[in-house]
Amino acid sequence: MLTVNSIKNGVVIDHIKAGLGIKIFKMLELDKIESAVCLLMNVSSEKLGKKDIIKIENVVDLDFRILGILDPNITINVIKDEVLVEKKKFELPERVENVLSCKNPRCVTSIEKYIDHVFYLVDKEKGEYRCMYCDEIYALSEV
Amino acid sequence: MLKGRHLLDPMDFTTLEIDEVLELGGQISKNPEKFSNACQGKILATLFYEPSTRTRFSFEAAMLRLGGQVIGFSEPNSSSVAKGESIADTIRTIACYADIAVMRHPKEGAPRVAAQYSTIPVINAGDGGHQHPTQTLTDLLTIKSLKDNLSNLTIGLCGDLKFGRTVHSLIKAMSRYENNKFVLISPKELKVPDYIKKEVLQKNNIEFIEVERMEDVIERLDILYMTRVQRERFFNEEEYLRLKDSYILDKAKLKKAKEDMIVLHPLPRVNEIAVEVDEDKRAKYFEQAKYGMFVRMALIMKLLGVEVC
Ligand SMILES: [Zn+2]
Repeated sequence: MLTVNSIKNGVVIDHIKAGLGIKIFKMLELDKIESAVCLLMNVSSEKLGKKDIIKIENVVDLDFRILGILDPNITINVIKDEVLVEKKKFELPERVENVLSCKNPRCVTSIEKYIDHVFYLVDKEKGEYRCMYCDEIYALSEV
Repeated sequence: MLKGRHLLDPMDFTTLEIDEVLELGGQISKNPEKFSNACQGKILATLFYEPSTRTRFSFEAAMLRLGGQVIGFSEPNSSSVAKGESIADTIRTIACYADIAVMRHPKEGAPRVAAQYSTIPVINAGDGGHQHPTQTLTDLLTIKSLKDNLSNLTIGLCGDLKFGRTVHSLIKAMSRYENNKFVLISPKELKVPDYIKKEVLQKNNIEFIEVERMEDVIERLDILYMTRVQRERFFNEEEYLRLKDSYILDKAKLKKAKEDMIVLHPLPRVNEIAVEVDEDKRAKYFEQAKYGMFVRMALIMKLLGVEVC
């Protein structure tokens, strides 16, 4: 069994759907930060069967909103002096840029590579976003 | 104020702004000569990334009748577009030469990209199967001119209601006016999408019914808006044969219609309206094309901010 020390101060991103960890790692650009970071993959979980976990030491102020787009079940635990001080809940952002990409082959984003992929939240409950260019609806559950 | 604005989606304008355009369009239709110098010295660029002669002619005629001039391309193969120039670069260059641009593009959202980089107004003249706002303005001006207003009407929409973007836009646009009712006539495979029913009709408590046969409802209609139903849209040949005649408007079916009903069609027609109907006084689809030019004249004037006293 692999063991990783619990962190003193920092953030634990938990309950990540197995396989998504590496994507989140890249999205948050964790390869570029100075702190100690640990990505655990395929950890067994009662809730999910298998899950990924990311632990980041001494950092709390990353923009985590984006994670809700990938998987709203993710939990973020903020730890101070080895105590869990905050469990963050996700609010889906109203507008996301260059996180989702439009799947509609008729969309202009498929040919003009320089433009930003912009989506607007249309349904909070269902987690649906609409492409700014072609209006294609994109459900987060399909990710 | 519409000066300097873009028109990308029919819902970009408020009803007040649309009324402003229609009001001017109405004035132009009554006395086009009065406006023949309104855009003197102005240049319209027509950027047609796919051919659509009818729409391009309508815009070009509109600008020429305002005394302005036209530049552009209708065959992307023969322009810098063929060399792989981006939409952003094309529009930034064109904006140096022209005062207003019209774009037709096979990709959805292309005019929005142009608008992001443009210093001159951009009009969407059709982006794939997505939006065609000047068709909607055309329909509105035709209805307003021929029925005197845009309220208290029973509007029949017939044909392919699933894929027809003009139909969706017209439903949205007419839903913003009071007390309109819709009669949606289509085969069950080509019914209006659910989101239109939910988000536009039910949400605003607008009365509508869905039927398969035109004959059953034609006598109730103030407007019959015909669209093409293509054979390949049907799931089976049997179904097509059963329904095909019920979507062809002919003299016999018109007999039951109101005397002052008007028949509209975004054109081109294939065979959904029998040629014998053309001589009926209720057939207004060619007149509709004329209103299309008048409304484009009004739109160009508004976006350029020119007036005629
Ligand atoms: Zn898109």
